[in-house]
Amino acid sequence: MALRAARDAAIWGGVALAVFVPLIGLQAVQDIRGELRLDTRWPLLVVLVAMVVGGSLVNSLLIAPWRERRGRRVPHENAALARAAAAFGRWFPPFAVGFVIVFPFLALWLTGMQGSVKWIDNFGIQILIYVMLGFGLNIVVGLAGLLDLGYVAFYAVGAYAYALLAKEFGFSFFTLLPLAGILAAFWGIILGFPVLRLRGDYLAIVTLAFGEIIRLVLINWVPVTNGYAGISGIPRPTFFGIPFNASDEGFAAVFGLEFSPIYRGIFLYYIILALALLTAFVTVRLRRLPIGRAWEALREDEIACRSLGIDTTTTKLTAFAIGAMFGGFAGSFFAARQGFISPESFTFMESATIVAIVVLGGMGSQIGVAVAAVAMIGGTELLRELDVLKEVFGREFDPTQYRMLLFGFAMVLIMIWKPRGLISSRAPSVFLKERKAVAGSLVKEGHG
Amino acid sequence: MDIFVQQLINGITLGSIYGLIAIGYTMVFGIIGMVNFAHGDVFMVSAFIALIAFLVLTTWIGIGSVTLALFIVLIVAMALTAVLNWGIERLAYRPLRGSFRLAPLISAIGMSIFLSNFIQVAQGPRNKSIPPLLSGEFVLMDGGGYQVTLSYKQIMVWVVTAVLLACFWWVVSRTALGRAQRACEQDQKMAALLGVDVDRTISITFVIGAALAAVAGTMYLMYYGVISFADGFTPGVKAFTAAVLGGIGSLPGAVIGGLLIGLVETLWSAYFSIDYKDVAAFSILAIVLIFLPQGLLGRPEVEKV
Repeated sequence: MALRAARDAAIWGGVALAVFVPLIGLQAVQDIRGELRLDTRWPLLVVLVAMVVGGSLVNSLLIAPWRERRGRRVPHENAALARAAAAFGRWFPPFAVGFVIVFPFLALWLTGMQGSVKWIDNFGIQILIYVMLGFGLNIVVGLAGLLDLGYVAFYAVGAYAYALLAKEFGFSFFTLLPLAGILAAFWGIILGFPVLRLRGDYLAIVTLAFGEIIRLVLINWVPVTNGYAGISGIPRPTFFGIPFNASDEGFAAVFGLEFSPIYRGIFLYYIILALALLTAFVTVRLRRLPIGRAWEALREDEIACRSLGIDTTTTKLTAFAIGAMFGGFAGSFFAARQGFISPESFTFMESATIVAIVVLGGMGSQIGVAVAAVAMIGGTELLRELDVLKEVFGREFDPTQYRMLLFGFAMVLIMIWKPRGLISSRAPSVFLKERKAVAGSLVKEGHG
Repeated sequence: MDIFVQQLINGITLGSIYGLIAIGYTMVFGIIGMVNFAHGDVFMVSAFIALIAFLVLTTWIGIGSVTLALFIVLIVAMALTAVLNWGIERLAYRPLRGSFRLAPLISAIGMSIFLSNFIQVAQGPRNKSIPPLLSGEFVLMDGGGYQVTLSYKQIMVWVVTAVLLACFWWVVSRTALGRAQRACEQDQKMAALLGVDVDRTISITFVIGAALAAVAGTMYLMYYGVISFADGFTPGVKAFTAAVLGGIGSLPGAVIGGLLIGLVETLWSAYFSIDYKDVAAFSILAIVLIFLPQGLLGRPEVEKV
């Protein structure tokens, strides 16, 4: 085994050397005259190749045997463990909801007025936007089994609908929120209609193309969308007509508090929390309605579904429309929170991130989606905070540069570790006598 | 008419590049049924390898002959990109073989994000441009102030693409390797029973796909003279569009699809609006798939219950 490990390490070292000599060892740098010249970074090259060789050795000497032992172990029924898991499954969701409800006050209490802006805004709101998007896409991908790689289009429709209507006509956030959702749902039907006949990867690529088309139109339709420059000065949501600013009519002045941006942060946090919980609640209820059961039947077997008289056209279109509607809600919230939107925020990367959250969490599992969003978005946001690394790697080291690098690598590693997603059991919506969790591997992934 | 001929020439050049990338998508899809999302970024990385090889040759070694330099750059880029893609397949896709369909797709998207950010961190976020090479051109038609030209660079792209496609065609249709590959495409289990090493064949598929992407990357760098870490996505998506358009899984389909997408893009930019050229390419894709779901040359999918 040691010999095999050494051979693998040598192969991986060779691969790393071949790829890293040009890309790490040498660097094309523009000099003052604008011409390219080469810099060398041999010490870095040696460190990285050594890391790859070390990683390969650790994998083949420690991780691979461990996985093999675990795979060979006969799964035995451990009653106490099963009960503990069931109890965890029952109590974790309410506990998690309780935690996110008290989170802003916890942050305020622990880090004070100044420090908590970061935790509530950068972490709380950012993560909850992705949780909401994940829940919305989960309806399309996780329940109906239609792989949609252009979900960001509906997010963009919601954002631009709110931004344009609020700026032009002065409607308030809560008037426009349902309107943006309806518009996005409408676009969901329009884009869903042509792809009804498509299946599998064809569906994925056409939805991706639609996402790109919407983004390109946003870039090029300058009179309406202002192109690359985007739309700024989007009105912020108000607390029953009371704006969050430092004026005498502002929230802080009316309630006799000292002005701080944190009040708006907390307000926005609860809006997106309510929206995310609404999405989760609607999804849970929809699963028990005929339409939700039709979605899941469609995911399991489209032909059987059609043979049983389910209209696949309306089933698919409602999945697209309802998924898109929640994307539209999230989009208008995003526009209201940022106050500025541009096509840069609606690239394919966003769609890929949302799909990744849904799949990494375990398709169809609400808790899984939330956990994956916290892990992926929170994890990469956390890298901004790691000033400790600067002490280790020197002053110029900037951890934020490596955010997306690690994000991509983590996606690969989680998929290899758990191909069916982090949460591996599903709650059935129909059961005989007793509700039992279903293993995720028994759930089909759909044809579309 | 003059403009049309000129755009035809430009379109075929662009289409050759798309076609070369599309082969990588279509081969991988044909053999393991997976959309290799990272392929566009492999193409981008290969252009960077070509850039650095080119700089080593011109600034350090001081090669005088451009043709020789291009030849060496092409070989180096093909070899190193092939090694890279072999590594990617081993690391990110092989452990997921036989797993459910979305797992390799997500893994590939992760790999794509990783590769573009790796290049951004390792080589810097700014565009890299090389001095123009082979700057001569032939004047084909000269009528009324508008010259139709065929530049040396375009000839280079055509010749290199044609030669490599011919080599590739020979490998796939005449060698034992190609036979094993086509066998795995049709029925992996049966091929394995008949003594074909399926894992090795799949690895080689990735290696060949990467080598062709590296040719496209080198041509792209030489033709446009500029590359950045973000240049993998759009050509990648368009090449995938080309593969789907031609009928995914079909090799001649990939080349024809690539040429079509290249032509649509250049003709649209010439006659309509350059801003909406990508919209045109994607709309063509949607329209073709809606009326002809298996693509131009693809086999229709028969569904058995």
